[in-house]
Amino acid sequence: MDFDLSEEQRLLKESVDGLLTDSYDFDARKKYMKEKGGWSKAVWGKLAEQGLLGLPFAEADGGFGAGGVETTIVMEALGKALVLEPYLATVVIGGGFLRHGGSDAQKAAHIPGIIDGSKTFAFAQLEKNSRYDLHDVVTTAKKKGNGWVIDGEKFVVVNGENADTLIVTARTRGDRRDKTGVGVFLVPASSKGITKKSYPTQDGLHAADISFTGVEVGADAAIGNPEDGLALIERVVDDARMALCAEAVGLMDESLKTTVEYIKTRKQFGVPIGTFQSLQHRASDMFVAVEQARSMSMFATMASDFDDAKERAKAIAAAKVQVGKSLKFVGQQSIQLHGGIGMTMEAKIGHYFKRLTMIENTFGDTDYHLRRVTDAGGLM
Amino acid sequence: MDLAFTKEEIAFREEVRQFFKDNVPPETRRKLVEGRHLSKDEMVTWWRILNKKGWGVSHWPKEYGGTGWTSVQHYIFNEELQSYPAPAPLAFGVSMVGPVIYTFGNEKQKKEYLPRIANVDDWWCQGFSEPGSGSDLASLKTKAERKGDKWIINGQKTWTTLAQHADMIFCLCRTDPSAKKQTGISFIVFSMKSKGVTVRPIQTIDGGHEVNEVFFDDVEVPYENIIGEENKGWDYAKFLLGNERTGIARVGMSKERIRRIKELAAKVESNGKPILLDPGFREKLAACEIELKALELTQLRVVADESKHGKGKPNPASSVLKIKGSEIQQTTTELLMEVIGPLAAPYDVHGDDGSNEAMEWTAQIAPTYFNYRKVSIYGGSNEIQRNIIAKAVLGL
Repeated sequence: MDFDLSEEQRLLKESVDGLLTDSYDFDARKKYMKEKGGWSKAVWGKLAEQGLLGLPFAEADGGFGAGGVETTIVMEALGKALVLEPYLATVVIGGGFLRHGGSDAQKAAHIPGIIDGSKTFAFAQLEKNSRYDLHDVVTTAKKKGNGWVIDGEKFVVVNGENADTLIVTARTRGDRRDKTGVGVFLVPASSKGITKKSYPTQDGLHAADISFTGVEVGADAAIGNPEDGLALIERVVDDARMALCAEAVGLMDESLKTTVEYIKTRKQFGVPIGTFQSLQHRASDMFVAVEQARSMSMFATMASDFDDAKERAKAIAAAKVQVGKSLKFVGQQSIQLHGGIGMTMEAKIGHYFKRLTMIENTFGDTDYHLRRVTDAGGLM
Repeated sequence: MDLAFTKEEIAFREEVRQFFKDNVPPETRRKLVEGRHLSKDEMVTWWRILNKKGWGVSHWPKEYGGTGWTSVQHYIFNEELQSYPAPAPLAFGVSMVGPVIYTFGNEKQKKEYLPRIANVDDWWCQGFSEPGSGSDLASLKTKAERKGDKWIINGQKTWTTLAQHADMIFCLCRTDPSAKKQTGISFIVFSMKSKGVTVRPIQTIDGGHEVNEVFFDDVEVPYENIIGEENKGWDYAKFLLGNERTGIARVGMSKERIRRIKELAAKVESNGKPILLDPGFREKLAACEIELKALELTQLRVVADESKHGKGKPNPASSVLKIKGSEIQQTTTELLMEVIGPLAAPYDVHGDDGSNEAMEWTAQIAPTYFNYRKVSIYGGSNEIQRNIIAKAVLGL
């Protein structure tokens, strides 16, 4: 039993923290947000240079063969710095589909572009009424010759504007809520029949609503079994949930730190407000919430390697419940302890709160995952 | 990062579990499962079995009878003990005064007291809290005045757990009334059979008698019964309270409680079917299990940290253990109340005798619920724990 990082992992953490300290203060972030698609190509290039975009890929595919712990390290650091660049969409999700389901040809075609930073991905999964159910898919992929024709609409596709490749979930047979008949397709973003409406999101990222009208792709577009892709989707989305838990821990660490610093310096009644017991106790409760979330984020990281898909899913769902509860408390109380200044766009704390809030509602909120854990018979 | 236990650790867990199966008297186990109080004899009998095995004072240094286990082994032992369940060693002797004596006591005191603590030849109780000194312990007033080769002790202690069974007490007494609060206190041990010691029971809201008031009226104690230096008692008290780090989370006990909740919830009906099938109830239970899992992981982080880096610098996460551990213990007692619903009502003062057999299995549930409000109050209330986090961890 060991929760410490290995020497290599410690160096990785130092290097990613160092990179972000140099290039990602709050003012720099505001500038990056104004670039096309809402993030900085220069920063992305630096992440590529440091090898961060190649971490999880097998050495045979040009990567470093790193595991969940390394992804957790990077995501925590990205959270801490409130990073906008599409690491989750490209490396964790796009890369995840290729790693867990891609053919050799698909890997050869796409992984080098991810690793060198020249290509990014977006996950076109959410539909108007699908909410958190990954199998709830109306978008269709119909066989045409050897290839497929995709029709449907996808919403809030993060990095939808800049992505070179979209990963689209689409139904190849059956009805809207059937658990079989959902496939996963690699679709070039420049394909004919795709229209996008891009917008900034509440947490400062950029997303797009994307419609597919008679979009034709080849036979090689399908990742895994196009008639039965749900297990693959769940696998990759579990990785994404794990990564979001880690990002949230980074965000919470920074929120707590910023808040404690603030109440140590802000004076009222002639003394720093951090000398008041009601505020001290609130901050202590925030600390407890962060530590409990950190523990469950570690649990999710370990669970991401479980062989048993049901156990993996249950453990990661449990982590998302704890992280969801903790992030709500830490996020809300960070604003409360900052007082009026916490309500302003100018202070960075509000932006942490907003990103935390959006994480809760990504790939299943607290209630959704609590129900999943309950339906799976609990943890003990 | 690796959550797996080693092969040796897994074998150790098996060994411990098997020992409990073979040696804990079944009646003792049954009473613990049902939340009943054990008699003094039942407790002492079990502790002597444990001591004979060499596990009575497992965390003490080897020279005083400890096991030399790793932090992980201690963790496994406690977890198995709590979840079997078996009675934990008497904290006042084994976890509190014992370590103070072997750390600060003289050779004569070590020889005299330590083996008797290990074998529970002496039952120890703790003389810390006073009517006017709860969270503000250092304001205590019980006075020990030196007269020749004796101390003369006057004052009152309260919340003295199981003092009705006790042979010995370790007591914080003010020995220098002119010194500042913390600096004039000494750590003195003496017999509860001494002339001038009076124990008066306090009945708690569960109807039980666990705690007492203890009065000292010109109690004469040999001067040599002071542990360590005069007026340094506060340091020893802090050392004693800081010793309890990971056991306090009681993860194993809460796991056992959850098993019990599930067992009863499968029996009790709501809406014509077992309440275990009620979606609302199930979600609450699952939420509690998730909190407990998080706590277990937090505890493992602290244990792994100690195991690797020693106990020198406490992991900040350790301050989470008391707060969350007590909250979860309380939640499990609430869930048990919810399971039995209206059947919680009968107040059976003779519950320990099982005099009302039809209701026997529900008799202790409400008392346990009432009784467990204590866990967020004792050992430094959860509010004091928050003060500690604010000061020691957050630097406020």
